[in-house]
Amino acid sequence: MSADTTIKRAVSLYSFQEEYFHRKMTVEQIIAACAEMSVQGIEILGDQMIRGYPNIPDEFVKQWHGWMDQYGVEPACLDNFLDWNKYKGRVMTEDEQVESMTLDILNAKKLGIPLIRVIHDVKPIILERLAPIAEKYKIILALEVHAPSDLDSPFEQELYEMFTRLQSPYVGFAVDFSLYTKRLPRIISERYKREGMKPEIIEYLVNGFNTQSLPKRHELNERNMALPESIMAMGGRQVDIRWAFMGTHMIYADPRKMLDYMPYIHHIHAKFWEMLPDYTEYSVPYDEIIPILVEGGYSGYISSEYEGNRWLHDALPVDSTEQVRRHQGMLKNLLKEASEI
Amino acid sequence: MYDNAMIVEEKFRNITQGNQVTGFQIGMRIPYYRGVVLSLLDETQLTVDGELIPSEKITLTISGKTLPLMHLEEDPVTKWEFGDVGILTVDHPGGLPIGEHKLELYQHVRTPYIPGGVAGEDVKVVFLSE
Repeated sequence: MSADTTIKRAVSLYSFQEEYFHRKMTVEQIIAACAEMSVQGIEILGDQMIRGYPNIPDEFVKQWHGWMDQYGVEPACLDNFLDWNKYKGRVMTEDEQVESMTLDILNAKKLGIPLIRVIHDVKPIILERLAPIAEKYKIILALEVHAPSDLDSPFEQELYEMFTRLQSPYVGFAVDFSLYTKRLPRIISERYKREGMKPEIIEYLVNGFNTQSLPKRHELNERNMALPESIMAMGGRQVDIRWAFMGTHMIYADPRKMLDYMPYIHHIHAKFWEMLPDYTEYSVPYDEIIPILVEGGYSGYISSEYEGNRWLHDALPVDSTEQVRRHQGMLKNLLKEASEI
Repeated sequence: MYDNAMIVEEKFRNITQGNQVTGFQIGMRIPYYRGVVLSLLDETQLTVDGELIPSEKITLTISGKTLPLMHLEEDPVTKWEFGDVGILTVDHPGGLPIGEHKLELYQHVRTPYIPGGVAGEDVKVVFLSE
């Protein structure tokens, strides 16, 4: 049986943050590099690579559309943030939050971007209030499900209840593959070594992660001190706790669970840390995951999101272009194979 | 993240007003993967040769604006763009002696979706030539 897929490939420019940060590549050069990999969609973080965001200069809007035409790519996703704590001594009111995100919707419209990756701490009530505005401008709002949360975590279930009630094609989930991290990226444990973490602590973290037996950071909304205590008991330092939390927050959930939520999944962050020369990823089992998206009839973008950069850049060269090129090559192959079954 | 890119040593210099050396400057980047408004930046700590510089002696210049470090939390509009270099100016009559100095810089960013925010720290031994 042939299951021709309408899945499209995209690249999040987040993947090139290292080169952009050091002013080694401009936004245009990054888009050109993506186009050379026959990428279809481009994803951009307003706060990262659009100067002045959320007040986008007209000049940028013009350039953006020009680049899309010139390089034969299309806008796929705008990633938003909601800085609800930016006013001194108070948090934004609900109205202010809706207003801030309405601006994101208008910005997406200006840039011809069909979907916004909504940052994962936006409350369901805010998203529900935005639904009619999203519908009016035909911009999909996809809240990112990111580890350590899963699709069936309490907050996500609250959203799911709202999605099923609204039945709007304009609100739903974006799934980040930090949910499907089968083993700890080795570039993380190697960084731990460079940061002077004791070998036995590294071993504890790697084995614990890979067997999914590390204590959770929070248990029933309470801070769980089991991980810090274990690290200290092994003679660790305070800084080791920070590194441990930063590097092991990913989870390995069952990717087949996506099938239950497929009508509400509108975007995919195909997170990765290290593409090997043989076009496999060290820690995320893409060969298991991509066929599930095809099987479920997913029809949005799969967007490459490289996050190895920050684990290497203290001491090692970062080559985002090569990493993304391999990742796109892998996605292309897996999508082809999955469609031919 | 970007910890070791926080201190921009090329911008390390003494500054003069008229014929008086009034202090010194260093360049700085924020240790985070996106641009943020200034009010999200708290706890900037600059240590020179082991001595913590009091915040009230420091001003920040970024995005065409100069303001006291103490007042960043009152500015939810001015953006510090991703990767941009800001200038910290320290009021320090006489400046620093020419030669090697150990600079330590710590910055916390109150990005709301990450519990506890993010922080970065950079330590560099830098030669002051003017």
